Amino acid sequence: MNLQAIKAIYLFEMSRTMRTLGQSIVSPVLSTSLYFVVFGAAIGSRIDQVEGVSYGAFIVPGLIMLTVLTQAVSNASFGIYFPKFIGTVYELLSAPASFYEIVIGYVGAAATKALAIGLIILATANFFVDLSIVHPFWMLGFLVLTCFSFALFGFILGIWAQNFEQLQLVPLLVITPLVFLGGSFYSISMLPPAWQTVTLFNPVVYLVSGFRWSFFGMADVSVGFSLLAIGLFTVLCLAMIAWIFRTGYRLRS
Amino acid sequence: MSAIVSVKGLGKTYEGGFEALRAVSLDIEEGEILALLGPNGAGKTTLISIICGITNPSGGSVTVGGFDTIRDFRGARALIGLVPQEVSLEPFESVINTVRFTRGLFGKKRDDAYLERILRQLSLWDKRADRIMTLSGGMKRRVLIAKALSHQPRVLFLDEPTAGVDVELRKDMWEIVRGLRADGVTIILTTHYIEEAEAIADRVGVINNGELLLVEEKNALMARMGKKELRIDLARPLDALPKPLEAYDLRLTDEGGLIYTYDTSAEKTGITDLLADLRHAGLHMVDLDTRQSSLEDIFVDLVREDGP
Repeated sequence: MNLQAIKAIYLFEMSRTMRTLGQSIVSPVLSTSLYFVVFGAAIGSRIDQVEGVSYGAFIVPGLIMLTVLTQAVSNASFGIYFPKFIGTVYELLSAPASFYEIVIGYVGAAATKALAIGLIILATANFFVDLSIVHPFWMLGFLVLTCFSFALFGFILGIWAQNFEQLQLVPLLVITPLVFLGGSFYSISMLPPAWQTVTLFNPVVYLVSGFRWSFFGMADVSVGFSLLAIGLFTVLCLAMIAWIFRTGYRLRS
Repeated sequence: MSAIVSVKGLGKTYEGGFEALRAVSLDIEEGEILALLGPNGAGKTTLISIICGITNPSGGSVTVGGFDTIRDFRGARALIGLVPQEVSLEPFESVINTVRFTRGLFGKKRDDAYLERILRQLSLWDKRADRIMTLSGGMKRRVLIAKALSHQPRVLFLDEPTAGVDVELRKDMWEIVRGLRADGVTIILTTHYIEEAEAIADRVGVINNGELLLVEEKNALMARMGKKELRIDLARPLDALPKPLEAYDLRLTDEGGLIYTYDTSAEKTGITDLLADLRHAGLHMVDLDTRQSSLEDIFVDLVREDGP
C-alpha cells in the first residue's frame, strides 16, 4: 500500500479546495439560504406541517442531500477529469500506486469537501429553523456514506467524460432531476398513488428518506431499505471502478 | 555492468490496427546514457510509455531493476523518472507543491532539503511559490524535470527534452544529465537533435517504423557506419570528370573541385591510387580537406534504407 501516494493526492486535492475556499463555502451557503427563503418562507407559510414537522425543518435533510450529492459528484469528477484534460494524468499512470490508491485519494478528498459543505449547510439551516436531530449518529453515518458513494460515482463519471459538456451532462440531466423528484421538498405520501410507485424506482428517494428519518424519526420508506439502497449503489460503483482498473478504460490505451 | 532495463519482444498494436512497435528487444545497462533516434511516429514515445506504465503492451515484457513492469509494477515504477514530451502541468498550482506532489505519489516521504537542492540546480528556487501558469515555456520544462527527479529515480527517461528549448536551458540540462550520470543514474533520451546525441550518449539506438534497427556504442557505430570525404581543390576547375578517373567514387563540386568518398575501415581506401591518377591526368591540387560524416548522416542513411 502506497500510503504516501494517497496522502499526496488527498492533500493536493484539498489544497485546490483551500485555494478557492471562498467560493467553496459561500456558494452552497448562499444557495441554501435562497432555498429556505423560497421553499421555507414563501411556500412553507402555506404548508403548515408535513407529518408533524414544520415545513421549514422538513426540507432541511433534502436540501443537504441535494447539495451534498451535487458537490460529491462534481468534485470527484472534476478531480480526475482535469488531469486527463491537461495531460498530467501521465503521472498517475506511471506512479508506483495502484488504481485503488488513486481512487481513495481522489474520492476521499471529494467526499471530505462534500461532507464539510453538508455540515456547513446544516449549521446554516439552524439559523432559519429549529432543528433537533433524533439520531445524530445515524445522521452522520448517512451523510458520510452518501458523500463517499456519490464521490465514487463522480470519479467514474470523470473517467468516462471526454469533454466538459459530458462532465456537466450527468449532474445536470440525472442528479438534479432525481434529487428534485426524490422527495427532497415533499413527502412521497403527498403524491397520487401512481406517482408514488414510479418514485420508488428513484434511488435518491431512499437516500433522502433515510436521512430524514435520522432527523425526525419518520420516513417514506423503511430505514433498512434506505441503507440497502446506498449499500447497493456503493457496491455497484466499486464494481465499475474495479472494471475500469482491469481494462484501463479511457485511461491506458 | 548489468542491464537495469530489459525489454523483450515488446509489441504494441493500437486499436484500429496501427502497429507502433514490432518485437523490440533491448537491454539498457546501468549507468549509461542511451539516445533513441528515429523520425516522428517511429515508436520512441510508445516504447517509453510502455516501460513507464502509461500504455499497455500488446506483447512481450519489460523489467526495470529486475521488477516486471506489470507484475511488480510498484518496484519497477519507483525506480523510474519520466520527463514527457508534452508540457503537462497543473496551471494553478505552485512549483513547490506540484514537485512535492510527485514525490509523494512515488511513495517517498517529504524531504524539503532534497527538493530545494533540485530546484536550485534547475534555477527554480526563486520561483518555487509562483503559479505554474505564470512561468515561461522554458521554466515549465524545468519544472517537469524537477518533478521527474523529485523521487530520486535510478532510471530517467527524457522524451524530446530539448524540443523548443533555448540554448541556456539546453546547456543546463546537459549539465544536469552529466551530473546524474556521475551519480550512476541511467538515462534514456529521445531527441531530434542528433548532434546532441552525438555529444552526450554512450550508445545510440535507431528506431524506425516500430522496429529497432540497431543499438550500438556510439563510437563504434560512427567508425563502422561513418564514411569520410576527401575534398580536393584544383588549380584549374573542371567541367566534367576526366575519363581516367571515372572508376573512382568521385563527384564534382560547384567550384569545379572533386569530392572522394571512402571507407576508413575498408582494406584499401584508394586514396594513394587516386592521387597518383590525378597526377597522371595532369590535374594540379591546391588544397586537400577530409571530413568525417556525422551521426546525422548515418541516421539519415539508415532510415532511408529502411524505407517508409
